[in-house]
Amino acid sequence: MSEPIFREAYGRIVATLIRLTGDWTLAEDCAMDAVEAALQRWPRDGEPANPGGWLMTVARNRAVDQLRRAAVAERRLRELAPLEQPRPEPEGDDRLRLIFTCCHPALAMESRVALTLRTVAGVPTAQIARLFLVGEPAMAKRLTRAKAKIAQARIPYRVPSGPALTERLPGVLAVLYLLFTNGYDSSPERADEAIWLVRLLAQLMPDEPEVTALLALCLLQHSRRAARRDEGGELVTLDAQDRSRWDHAGIAEAVGLLAGRPVTGPYAVQAHIAAGHAIATDFAATDWPTIAAWYDQLARIHPSPVVEVNRAVAHGYAHGPAAGLGLLATVREAVAGYAPALAAEADLTARAGDPAAAAGLFRRAAELAGSDAERRALRKRAAAAGQLALGDAE
Amino acid sequence: MKYMMFVCTDTEPETELAAPDIDTWVAENDANGRRALGSQLASPSAATTVRVRGGELLLTDGPFAETKEVIVGFDILECADLDEAIEVARAHPMSWAGRVELRPFHDE
Repeated sequence: MSEPIFREAYGRIVATLIRLTGDWTLAEDCAMDAVEAALQRWPRDGEPANPGGWLMTVARNRAVDQLRRAAVAERRLRELAPLEQPRPEPEGDDRLRLIFTCCHPALAMESRVALTLRTVAGVPTAQIARLFLVGEPAMAKRLTRAKAKIAQARIPYRVPSGPALTERLPGVLAVLYLLFTNGYDSSPERADEAIWLVRLLAQLMPDEPEVTALLALCLLQHSRRAARRDEGGELVTLDAQDRSRWDHAGIAEAVGLLAGRPVTGPYAVQAHIAAGHAIATDFAATDWPTIAAWYDQLARIHPSPVVEVNRAVAHGYAHGPAAGLGLLATVREAVAGYAPALAAEADLTARAGDPAAAAGLFRRAAELAGSDAERRALRKRAAAAGQLALGDAE
Repeated sequence: MKYMMFVCTDTEPETELAAPDIDTWVAENDANGRRALGSQLASPSAATTVRVRGGELLLTDGPFAETKEVIVGFDILECADLDEAIEVARAHPMSWAGRVELRPFHDE
C-alpha cells in the first residue's frame, strides 16, 4: 500500500467501519478488499473522480454484505441497521477515535504500538512482526488478543474530553514518539511511518501545541538522517556532521511549526533544543547559552538523569567545562553505568585540559556502550585523547 | 457492562498522599448505581479451597494461591465502559493503599 491515496483511505475506512460495526477484523478485511478492488479496476476503468469516497463505498458495501450473510445465518438482522441506515455522523474524525483507542493505557505498550501501525497506518502484520523481532504468527496473536481485550473489557471508541484528554494525550504522543525513536536510526521507513502518523494527529488536533511540537521534534531529528553515519556506517557526532546533507526543507517546516506557538510541555522544549542545533550553520555557531536555558526548563518540567546529562553538556559549551562537570557531579550516582554520561564527562574533562583522565573515561564509556558503532566511536576518542596526553607528557 | 473489581493489598502502597475515604466512595457509587454489590472479605487464613479429583472431595486450609498480595474485598460495578470503571476504581482508597483489578464479566 505504497500509494498515498490507499494509505490515507485505509485508516479512514477502518476507523469508520469500527465505529459502525464494532468489529475490528471485519473493518480491516473490508478496507483491504476495497484497496484490492481498486487495484484491479482503476487501471482498466480509470481512477474515479473521488477515489477516497469510492473506496469507502466499496468497503461499506462489502461490510453490509458480510454482516447480512452472518445475520441471515444467525437471525440477527437488526444488527445491520447502523450500516444500512447510518445515524448522523458524530463530530470529528473517526481516525482520532481509532488512535485514542489503539493507544489506550489499559493495553500493553507493545500492543498499542502494533495496533496503531496495523489499523491506522495499514502496515502489514509481517512488517510489524519484523519491527518487534518476533515471528508473524506471534504478532498476529498479539494483535488478536489486543482487539479481543478492547471488545471484552469494552474500551470505549472515543476521544476523551476535558481533564481526561489532558491525562490521555501524553500517552498517545509517547506511543508515536516511541515508534519514531525505534525507527529513526535503524530504518528510515519506520521513521517515515511514525512521522506520517504524527502529522495526521497534528492535522486532527491543530489546537494541541504538544502534538505540533512532537511533529517538529521528529522532523528535526529526522533531518539529520543522511549525515548521521559515514560511508562505512560509523556514527558521526554532531560537531563532525556534514550539515549540507541535512534535510533543510524538513528543518524549515519544523522551525515554522514552532514559531509563535506556546511552549506547554516537554516535546516543545525538546523541539526548541533540536531547532537550536538545526539552525546553526556550523558547530561553532551553535547558540549554546539558549540551548542550555531550554535544558534548564526541560529539567524543571520533565526531570530525569538523562536530561541532566544533556543539560550538563550544554552548560559545558555555554559556560565552560567546569560548569558542565559541576552539573554532572550532581547526578553521577543516578547515571552510573550509562555510557553517554561517561562520554560526556570524558569530553568535558578533555576540554578542561586533562586528556589523560579523559582517555580513561572514554575507555570506560566504550566498555558500557550499547552498540558496536557507539563502542568504536568512543574507542577512537579514547585513542585521540591518549595521544594528546602523550604529547603533553613529552 | 458489569465488571468485577477485586480489591487487593500491595507491597508498595502510596504513602505520600492521603487516599480517598471508603464510606464516601460506597455512598456515592451506591447512589449513582455504579456499585451493584460489594463486601470486604475475611483474611485468607479463613479461606478453604475446595477441589474434587477422581470424585473425591479434597479440602485445603487457606487460599488457592499463596501470594504476597491478597484479595481483601470485591465490588461488582455496573458501568458504561472501561473508562467509567477506571474512574470508579481510582477513587477507591484501596487503589491507593493497595491495588484493584477490573475484570469484565464474560459476554452476557
